[in-house]
Amino acid sequence: MKKITMLFLAVLSCGAFAQAQVDRGSMLIKNGTVFTITKGTLENTDVLVRDGKITQVGKNIPAPTGIKIIDASGLFVMPGIIDAHSHIALSSINEGTNAITPEVWTGDVVNPLSISIYRALAGGVTTVHAMHGSANSIGGQCETLKLRYGTVDADVLRMEDAPRTIKFALGENPTGHGRRDGQQPQSRMGVEFVIRQAFSEAKEYMATWETYNKAKLQKGFRGSPPSYNLRLETLADILKGNIIVHCHSYRADEINMLLNVCRDFGIRRIVFQHVNEGFKVAPELAAYGAMASVFSDWWSYKLEVYYSTAYNATILTRNGVTTSINSDDAELMRHLYHEAAKTQKYGGLKDDEALSLITINPARQLGIENRVGSIEAGKEADIAIFKNHPLSIYTIPVLTIVDGIVRFDREKDVDDMRLYIDPKESIDIPTFQEADHTHENCMLGAEETAQNIFDLN
Amino acid sequence: MKNKAYLPLLFLIAFFTTALQAQNPKAKSGTFALTNATIETVTKGVITNGTVLISKGKITAVGTTVTVPQDAEVIDCSGHWIYPGLIDGGTGVGLFEIGQIPQATDASEAGQIIPQMKALTAINPNSAHIPVTRISGVTTVLTIPSGGLFPGTAALINLHGYVPDQMYAGFEGVVLNFPTTGRRGFYDRRTDEEIKKAVEKSLSQINDVWDKAVQYHKLDSATKGKGVTYYPEMQALLPVVRGEGSLLIEVNAANDILEVLKWVKEKKVKKVILTGVMEGWRVAEQIAKAGISVIAGPVQELPSREYDRYDKAYANPGLLKKAGVKVAIRTNDRSRGNSRNLPYHAGFAATYGMGREDALRAVTIIPAEIFGVQDRLGSIEVGKNATLFVSSGDPFETKTQIIHVFIDGWQIPMVSRQTQFYDEFLNREPGAAKN
Repeated sequence: MKKITMLFLAVLSCGAFAQAQVDRGSMLIKNGTVFTITKGTLENTDVLVRDGKITQVGKNIPAPTGIKIIDASGLFVMPGIIDAHSHIALSSINEGTNAITPEVWTGDVVNPLSISIYRALAGGVTTVHAMHGSANSIGGQCETLKLRYGTVDADVLRMEDAPRTIKFALGENPTGHGRRDGQQPQSRMGVEFVIRQAFSEAKEYMATWETYNKAKLQKGFRGSPPSYNLRLETLADILKGNIIVHCHSYRADEINMLLNVCRDFGIRRIVFQHVNEGFKVAPELAAYGAMASVFSDWWSYKLEVYYSTAYNATILTRNGVTTSINSDDAELMRHLYHEAAKTQKYGGLKDDEALSLITINPARQLGIENRVGSIEAGKEADIAIFKNHPLSIYTIPVLTIVDGIVRFDREKDVDDMRLYIDPKESIDIPTFQEADHTHENCMLGAEETAQNIFDLN
Repeated sequence: MKNKAYLPLLFLIAFFTTALQAQNPKAKSGTFALTNATIETVTKGVITNGTVLISKGKITAVGTTVTVPQDAEVIDCSGHWIYPGLIDGGTGVGLFEIGQIPQATDASEAGQIIPQMKALTAINPNSAHIPVTRISGVTTVLTIPSGGLFPGTAALINLHGYVPDQMYAGFEGVVLNFPTTGRRGFYDRRTDEEIKKAVEKSLSQINDVWDKAVQYHKLDSATKGKGVTYYPEMQALLPVVRGEGSLLIEVNAANDILEVLKWVKEKKVKKVILTGVMEGWRVAEQIAKAGISVIAGPVQELPSREYDRYDKAYANPGLLKKAGVKVAIRTNDRSRGNSRNLPYHAGFAATYGMGREDALRAVTIIPAEIFGVQDRLGSIEVGKNATLFVSSGDPFETKTQIIHVFIDGWQIPMVSRQTQFYDEFLNREPGAAKN
């Protein structure tokens, strides 16, 4: 059966990825100040890109004939920014019908036409983690996207072969949903229980299959296989270590709770998202090897973030927790370099440490650190180029490159960068974000109350 | 053995030290001399190696040849900078504590026409937001009620004091949320026709109220205030109708801005401030021609239309300024507690076309002028209130540290719950629990 599953998956992925034609380019970026992130900052340095990969980083690299040359004199070159918490380019976010819905996947609802992709590129972002919402304790699987804006093929946006990830959620959002729907969980006690129950059922499911798989090898076996259950299959994949858990969380107690659950079920790969009170249990997070993906300074929009501090990222970093700064928001995403710089105000992180929060660290959290997140030979050529130091308020992202292809060029930007224009749209009706709401389309497919806006954060 | 005699005394000292530390630090007043600083006065250039003298709540001397009185507490500011306190021209500080919890929010009241609802009444001087905001150099904010067409009266407050009277910074303005033809967000699924109808209905409501207020003013004037019955809405609008009080008109869509300019002219409203003005850049010339001041923001925001250039919200204040509009910058933060990011909104405006100097003016002297408190706030000048801060450098730069803050001459403790968490948890004791 395993073989059949594998074959089935292989066929599926062929179907999904075979036609995905990803453009890859070559270029020589000359004479910039290069933040490699992993190997220091190099002045007057060139970066050679061949067919979408960085092949060489060094001084005075001879230009191969015919190669596109980008003069980065006086400019700052860093790895493309990675946002470990995004909801852009998704046409729906929450499958909030049950406390446990790991069978769904945001990869099914990727919208390559979203203008948010281009706007993120204009902020130096090259990779985003397109997450399910936080309506339920175990939500859907997520998709890691590369911002190859210009394609109309959703498959092209997928970061091919990126590890599988899934959204969990603790605290007010899942308990609020439970209360509205009259089901568990309605408290943090219930959240722990529904997660433990789900994994316990998954273990039984795995055992049933194992028994069957052993039995069917016996001579003269007669019987039918147990029924296939995608929900339990997915949970089993988490238990087997095949899926990285990304858990929406705020309070120290619930973070600690999930660490205990993970320990009991042998789940090692866990990234806490938002994790506003992570600073209170930083030693526990570090000891477990759990990671943290945080806001720079958001607080007070709900009770569970009232006791926050903008020093969170610094405290986590200093305690040895691999930490990233994320956006969860189409606007904030456009200046993650500035959000990272706030750790220099709040706790005095060094340049490399601050830049790691939006490059190599989120890459580690998504399991793609061998491919992106630093400027090194062999890595994919996802690069952001800035006028002025990227941690300065006066910086301007001027060029964003994905797989060696320029996807944003401030010089060449025309006002209207949409890929699709609805012939029926009214051109004179603008949209303004209400001051007390968050930005992205968290409400799509959800209820109409303002409360639901916060099923994202 | 002998030493044991001292033990009780040591305990006593230890006890008092602990007791003192356990108290929240208080603000301190007195005479302060901030010496050897680079002073960005905003209105009178930059003074290097200068001194600012603070006494009885005022700035009493500024310059390079200031004589420091003997009783002054000298604060050496070598290598540091002095700026006037930053003014956020629009925020929810003091009116909301926790965005999503109605019991922790006092920003809106029932009713469409309720200009008599006063923000100053509901401002919580003990809000956790206040220390968080002021230790970032944002000393003064306009706190705005939200909700219906006339949701109430906004108040300019200093972020120090124990009762609203101590915080009041000398300006109140009636808020008018002008009917908008824009959508409220992606979730606003009304048809164009529905939007149009809603706007027409609201506009006729506003016109009715205004006409009534004009009548009320005439009656009130004719009878010297004795012939009118108790009518709180009208009483709140009286100063505006008479041209004594300001009307803060929240408006963002280009067409609506034009509509407001028309409306203001038609109704002969004398003191008008436009707020928000996200699409001001589309009609900047017309705003400039009308001679109406603008409080623009937030700056760190998405463009209002999908087909607009990605950086339009960043560029908006600069484009308005370039067209000749008097423009201040606000955060409009009413739910995330980040009025403290005002210098970054200004910094983005500076970077995307406004220039640093004008962006600095847009969060200091310009809002002070717009609110009519330029004799007290907005620059480092003799005679002004000692509402200022000392920083390690340019306050727009993200990594800059704010070192001292003074509000009305009170030296503010550089502590908030957020810094206290840092102190407690950077190296938590005990560390990791054993598992």
